[in-house]
Amino acid sequence: MVIDLDRCTGCSACVAACHAENNLPLSTPESAANGRAVHWIRVDRYYEGEFPDVKVKYMPVLCQHCDDAPCEPVCPVYATYQTADGLNAQVYNRCVGTRYCGNNCPYSVRFFNFFEPAWPETLELQLNPDVSVRPGGVMEKCTFCVQRIKRAKLDGEQNPQPACVQSCPAEAMVFGDLNDKESKVARMAESGRATRLLEDLGTKPKVYYLSRAT
Amino acid sequence: VTSGVFEKAREDRLEGLFHLLSRPVAGRAYFAAVAVCGAVVLWAVLAWAYQIRTGIGVAGIQRPVFWAFYIVNFVFWIGISHAGTLISAILRLTGAGWRKPVTRAAEAITVFALMIGGLFPLIHLGRVWLFYWLIPYPNERLLWPNFRSPLLWDLTAIFTYVSGSVVYLYLPLIPDLAAVADHSRGLKRRIYRALSLNWTGSDREWHALERAMKLMAGVILAVAVSVHTVVSWDFAMALTPTWHSTIFGPYFVAGAIFSGIAALVLVLGALRRFMRLEAYLRPLHFDQLGKLLLLMCLVWSYFTAAEHLTVWYGKQPAEYAVLEARIYGRFAPYFWAMVGLNLGVPFVLLGIRRLRNIQTVMVSGAAVLIGMWLERYLIVVNTLSYPRLASAWGRYAPTWVEISITAGTFAAMALAYLVFVKLFPIIAIWEYEDVGHG
Repeated sequence: MVIDLDRCTGCSACVAACHAENNLPLSTPESAANGRAVHWIRVDRYYEGEFPDVKVKYMPVLCQHCDDAPCEPVCPVYATYQTADGLNAQVYNRCVGTRYCGNNCPYSVRFFNFFEPAWPETLELQLNPDVSVRPGGVMEKCTFCVQRIKRAKLDGEQNPQPACVQSCPAEAMVFGDLNDKESKVARMAESGRATRLLEDLGTKPKVYYLSRAT
Repeated sequence: VTSGVFEKAREDRLEGLFHLLSRPVAGRAYFAAVAVCGAVVLWAVLAWAYQIRTGIGVAGIQRPVFWAFYIVNFVFWIGISHAGTLISAILRLTGAGWRKPVTRAAEAITVFALMIGGLFPLIHLGRVWLFYWLIPYPNERLLWPNFRSPLLWDLTAIFTYVSGSVVYLYLPLIPDLAAVADHSRGLKRRIYRALSLNWTGSDREWHALERAMKLMAGVILAVAVSVHTVVSWDFAMALTPTWHSTIFGPYFVAGAIFSGIAALVLVLGALRRFMRLEAYLRPLHFDQLGKLLLLMCLVWSYFTAAEHLTVWYGKQPAEYAVLEARIYGRFAPYFWAMVGLNLGVPFVLLGIRRLRNIQTVMVSGAAVLIGMWLERYLIVVNTLSYPRLASAWGRYAPTWVEISITAGTFAAMALAYLVFVKLFPIIAIWEYEDVGHG
């Protein structure tokens, strides 16, 4: 995935789309205050300059699907592992909830189900049938919308798009196969503006950020 | 004739010690203590049941502080467990004569502290009912647990340590179990007889026992050092700022011995007072243990200074965010309280010889126990509150469930000890039979 920070307006459409697609629990003011709000993708804000001359920079942060993911070796039950496609997958059924992966993720993009999932009445009727509802006590995180990737493979379609990418009005996010050197993402990742988040840790993330020119 | 007189005097002395130790412990007060501790333990068990039923969310953990009170308690109790084996093994191997009334009390602390500490990795699990997935045997899909995970190393190390400590407590108990059997009748006699493996006290048996104890003392020393190193690696193997530190292994071992001695002097003080063991646990023992505590206080302080100074000087942003909160910020009260309790109190009370007596040694022990608990709280909660990306910084506060379970473990320790002193001689009686062995 490539995210062009020059294009991101911080509108948070990606966050809303992700919630709808992936059966995320309702995030309320209380859950936010308790540090228990779940957003598989979030928009971090960085402020530059002194008031009133302030510039805000936005940066959508999701699971970076690292090649050398710090979350993977520490899990005692292989609940998180690297798939053959290079996704960092989370197997909810295997997870026993040591939460070690969450502590060892430098991007803080892993979330925990503190209770059994519950939605207010009628909202539970709009759950996405392609996405598992996670039981209480397990970790979860962005899957790059693995259900869409799987579906596209089965249907023989090209270019599956995760919900966040599909819903970005500024087209700041691009998704594709980095191994395919001809693909748009692979070419963009070669750009001189491409950087990766906390790259110096050696985690080899698969999300590239194109830095702001302005 | 002379040797007969000495023999008689020795037997009288042993008889006296035996009766002192087998006397029902202080009647009504004893049962009141058992009832109070039992009630607190029961409350903690109910709190745990409530947590399992409702979800681990009833604890105060949140993102990013995914580990908190339970892991603090885990490290704390595993640290306390170093009281016994390590101290008693060192004293045994070096043949320190003053060890005699101290070793069994210390070894019992180890076993109970490990049993309590070993529960916390379970209590903290999101789905505790699946805990057996962590045990290394292949499941129905032939999938083993992940041996690359420090948590697996931890499980292996602690399991080894518990088994070793139980054996290490049991071996020197065998002759005393036989003595208890000799002094009792009926069913009780048969039970203690069986527990003593039909010990007769022959030379061959003594010889075998001594060899086994010496071997176990050596083995348990190595295991004890490695266990707390592995516990520290739960943290040090992670990328998390200030956890990823090479000093953590020895730092944790030093801290564990430090808190272990602190627990030991408190337990010995209580035993001396409530079991009237003034004749056996003499000021000398507290003086020696006080010096040991002072030594570990200096070692711990040295490690702490080395660890914090390098982070402070290096000022790497991610690590410094943690340190800044610890020294000047939100966690400063805990940090400076820890410094006062772990360095200030023992350094003054034990370092100045005029001030060193049974009371001040016990006060230092209590201070160090609180200080070392705070140290683990800082390592776990302070660090996790400040992950690398500032947007994820968070605050943690414990809930009544975590506090209840924590209180329950202290009560469980007291309860286990109360039961132990009633059933078994808390001082190794045979060690006072200084003829031929010991």
